[in-house]
Amino acid sequence: MTYEVIIGIETHVELRTRSKMFCRCTVDFGADPNTNVCPTCLGLPGALPVPNEQAIEWTIALGLALGSAVATRSVFHRKNYFYADLPKNYQISQYDVPLCAGGHLDVEVDGVTSRVGITRVHLEEDTGKSTHIGGDGRIHGASGVRLDFNRSGIPLMEVVTEPDIRSPEVARAYAQELQTIVIALGVSDARLEEGSMRFDANVSLRPAGATELGTKVEVKNMNSLRSLQRALAFEIDRQTRMLDAGERIAQETRHWDEANGRTDPGRSKEESSDYRYFQEPDLLPLEIDEATLARLGASLPELPAARRLRYVDAGVDPAAARTIVSGNLDRLLDDAIDAGVDARSSANWLAGEVTAHLNREGMDAGDLGLDGAGLAELVTMVTEGALSATAAKDVLAGVFAGEGTPRQVAASRDLMQVSDEGALRDMVEAAMAANPDESQRLRDGEERLLGFFVGQVLAASGGKADPGRVASLVRDIASQ
Amino acid sequence: MSDAADLTIAEAGGRLRDGSLTAADLLDAVRRRASMTEAIIHGYLTIDHDGAAASAAEADAAFARGEDRGRLQGIPIALKDNMVTRGIETTASSRILAGWIPPYDATVVSRLRAAGAILYGKTNLDEFAMGSSTENSAYGPTRNPWDADRVPGGSSGGSAAVVAAGSAYAALGSDTGGSIRQPASLCGVVGMKPTYGLVSRYGLIAFASSLDQIGPIARTVDDAVTVFETIAGHDPYDATSYPGALPDVRTGLTEGVSGLRIGVLSELVSEGVEPAVAAAFQATLDRLAKAGAEISEVSLPTTKHALSAYYLLAPAECSANLARFDGVRYGPRLDGASVEQMMATTRRDGFGPEVTRRILLGTYALSAGYYDAFYGQAQKVRTLVVQEFRQAYQQVDVLVTPTSPTTAFALGARAADPLAMYLSDVCTIPSNLSGDPAISVPVGLDEDGLPIGFQVLGPALGDAMVFRVARAIEELSGFDSRAALASSEGAV
Repeated sequence: MTYEVIIGIETHVELRTRSKMFCRCTVDFGADPNTNVCPTCLGLPGALPVPNEQAIEWTIALGLALGSAVATRSVFHRKNYFYADLPKNYQISQYDVPLCAGGHLDVEVDGVTSRVGITRVHLEEDTGKSTHIGGDGRIHGASGVRLDFNRSGIPLMEVVTEPDIRSPEVARAYAQELQTIVIALGVSDARLEEGSMRFDANVSLRPAGATELGTKVEVKNMNSLRSLQRALAFEIDRQTRMLDAGERIAQETRHWDEANGRTDPGRSKEESSDYRYFQEPDLLPLEIDEATLARLGASLPELPAARRLRYVDAGVDPAAARTIVSGNLDRLLDDAIDAGVDARSSANWLAGEVTAHLNREGMDAGDLGLDGAGLAELVTMVTEGALSATAAKDVLAGVFAGEGTPRQVAASRDLMQVSDEGALRDMVEAAMAANPDESQRLRDGEERLLGFFVGQVLAASGGKADPGRVASLVRDIASQ
Repeated sequence: MSDAADLTIAEAGGRLRDGSLTAADLLDAVRRRASMTEAIIHGYLTIDHDGAAASAAEADAAFARGEDRGRLQGIPIALKDNMVTRGIETTASSRILAGWIPPYDATVVSRLRAAGAILYGKTNLDEFAMGSSTENSAYGPTRNPWDADRVPGGSSGGSAAVVAAGSAYAALGSDTGGSIRQPASLCGVVGMKPTYGLVSRYGLIAFASSLDQIGPIARTVDDAVTVFETIAGHDPYDATSYPGALPDVRTGLTEGVSGLRIGVLSELVSEGVEPAVAAAFQATLDRLAKAGAEISEVSLPTTKHALSAYYLLAPAECSANLARFDGVRYGPRLDGASVEQMMATTRRDGFGPEVTRRILLGTYALSAGYYDAFYGQAQKVRTLVVQEFRQAYQQVDVLVTPTSPTTAFALGARAADPLAMYLSDVCTIPSNLSGDPAISVPVGLDEDGLPIGFQVLGPALGDAMVFRVARAIEELSGFDSRAALASSEGAV
C-alpha cells in the first residue's frame, strides 16, 4: 500500500547568551564539570530564578524571522517530572502562552518549494547532563550516573512545526534552513554535533487519501542533518513494513543509532507522563511592549532567503547561492562583491573549492584562512589570466595552509601563468626542435599532434603556460 | 526590667549607645535566658555560639569606633530555620535536609549581617512551614512560653516562642497562610506579614512561592518596624521583588487612628471565635472608636472560600517546590535499585506525614483532568478575593479581625485532625491570597492567662498604615506582654 508520510519537528536551540537563563552563571561548553553552577541552577533550597532578557529578546527575534505572532503577555510554566539531571525536578518552560505562535518557513528541495508551518517558538531552561557508567552508557544496566550541571539552566529555545513535512528530504532542508536563520541571527552556534541544536521528529504514516492521522513515533538522538534524514528514512521504511504486515505501530520514543543505521525503542515512560503544568510563581508574566517589538524587528539582519535572492539577482547560480548561505560563506561573498569582483565567479569558487575544502577538513567557515579581500584577489588573478584554473586551486591550498595572500602564494609557489609571448614562443620552438618527427607530421597536417605539443609545453612550463595561447602558437609556428 | 533579655530593641539600642550595655552583654543575657527556657520550650534548632560571639565583638568594636549601622547593630536576632544561612545547618525542620550546610545566605540574612545584627540561632518550625502548631517538626515540637502544655502556634512557632521568652530580641518568620501572625498571637508578641514582594524570598526555602513572605516577630510594633526596615527592599535575585520605593513605615507611625476608617471583616468574626477572643476583639474596637476611628462592618463574601482555595493552591505549589528534595545533590540519601527508586525511598523516609499529605494533595490538584476543577477554580477564588479586598479599601483604611479564632491550644489537641488544624488559619489566609500586609498585635489574655491577638489588614503597599494602626492599638490596649508573662503563673 502507499502511505502518506507525516512529519513534525521539534528543535531545541541553546542560546549563546553570556549568562544562563535564570542565573548569572557563565554559558561555556568546554568547562570542567560542575564549575559553572550556583544555587539557582543547582536547584538549592531557597534559590530563585531571574529571567535573562537577552534570551527573551532573541527568542522573539527568531519568532519575527519566522513570521510568528509575538505575545504581548507571555508566561513561564513549571513542567514537573523527576529526573536526576533536572535539579528542581521541574523545568521552567512555557505552556499555553508561548512567546511566539504561528509563522512558517519555506524550503526548497529539487526545485519544489514546501511550506512548513511553525506552531510555536518558546523559551525554557536546559537540563544538566547525565553520563551513565557501565551498561554501554545507557540507562538500562548502568551501574551509576555522573551528573554535570554546567548545562543546567542554559537558555533553550524550542521551535515546533506543524505536521506539514512529507519527506526526509524536506525535513532535512527545513532543519538546515532553521539552522541558517539561527546563525544569521547570531543567537546560537547551532552546532548539531555538540548538541547546541537538537532535533526530535514525530513520524507517522497513513494510507494515501486517509484523513485520520496514524500513530506517531518520536525519533530522537540525531546529531547531524544527514542522520536526521537517514533516521526518518529508516523510520518510514520500518513503519511501512509493519503496516503492510498488518502490525500496529506502538506510540513510543525511538533513538537513532548512527553506527547501525537504525532506530531502537527508548524509555516508554514518557508517553504516559502528566507534567502537571502550572504557572511559575517565582516569575512575573512577561510584558512585551510595542517599542521592544519595533526595535527587535528593525534590528533583524538580512535573512537567508532574502540573501539568496540577492545573490541570484547578482548573477550567482541558485545552487551556489544555497550552498554559500547555508555554509555561512555569505560574508566572504559580500566582501568580495564589495571589493568589486564578479559575484558569479566568486560564488563559484566559494561553492566549489572552498566548500570542498571545508567539508574535507570538517571545518566551519569561521576557521577559514581566507577573507573577502583574498577571494577578490584570487578571482581577479584568474579573470586577468595571471592564474590558470588549475594553478588557482594550488594557490587556494597555499592560502588555506597559511602561506599568505593569493598573490603571495602564487609568487612563492611560482604559479603565475607565463604570459610573456617571447618566452612562450621559445618554449614552443624548443619542443618542436626536440621532436622533429612529430613536428614534421604536424606540418603535414596531422592535427591531433597539436595536443601533444601543447602538453609538452605545459609540462615544460610546470603548468604555468596558458594552454589556449600555447595551442595558437604551435599552430602559428607549424604553418610557417 | 532587671534582666537585659527583657528589653525591647529600642531600649537595648539606647543602652548600647549610652554605653551602659555592650552587645556582648545582650548576647550574654539572651544566652542565659535560653539556657533557662530552651530545655522546655525548644524554640531553637541550632544556636551559632561562635558566630554570635564574633558578631557581638564586631558590633562592640564598631560602637567603639563610633560606627553605627543602625538600630539592629549589636542586637541578637533569631531566624526561622527555613532561611538559608551560609555555613550554618539549615533544615526547615525536615529530616530530608538533616545536616545540610548551605553555601549561601538568604537576602534577609545578608541584610541583617550588613546591619550589624547578631544572628543568634535558627528556630524550630513545622516541617517546611506546613502547620499551625510547630508540632510537625522532625526535631520535636516547640512549647508555648505562656504554658508549656500548649502549642506556640505555627509554623513560625520557634521564632514567636523565643521572642516571647526573651531568648532573642526579635526573630524572622515566614508567613504563607498566617505562619507569622498566628504564632505571634498565640505567644503574645507582634508579628507582621509585609506586602508580598517587599521582602526578598531569595534564600527562603519555598513552601508556596506565590504566598510566602518573610516578616518580623518582635515584642513591640516599634521593634517590628525596625526589623522590617532592615530586611525590606528590592532584591535583583528575586524576580517577584517589588522594584518601587519602599513604604516609609516610621514617619507616621505614632499618628494614631483618629479619623481613620476601620472595617470589621464580618465573615471572619462570626463563627468559631472563642468568647474571650471575641470579647477582647470587641474591647479593642471600642477603644479604637473612642480614639476617634470610624468603625464599620465590611462584608467580603469570597473570604469564606479562601481557606478551601488556599488548601489547593499552597499544596499545588509545594508539590513542585519540594520536588527538588530527592537525595541527588544534598541531604541524606537512601539507597535504591535505580535512581528513581533512590529518590522515592529518600523522599518517603525524609518527609513527615503532613508534608507528604500536602504534596499528594497538590499533585492531585494539578493532575490532568483535575486541574480545572481544583487548581483552576482555586485561582479564580483568589482573583475574586483580591478584587473584593481592593473594593473594600475604597471604603476603609484598614480591615480588622481576631488573628486566631482561639488562643493557644494543647499539644496534640489538633494533631490527629488536619481540618481542625487548618481552621486555625481562617482569619490569616485571605491576606496571603491577596498579597496584602497584615499584622497581629497582642491585646490581652483569656481566662487561662493565654494571650489574644488582634489582626490589622491593609491594602497592598499599605504597610505603613498597618503598622500605624497596630501601634495605636498597642498603646490603647495598654497590654504589656512582657510584664504579663513575667507575672504569669503558668509561664515557663
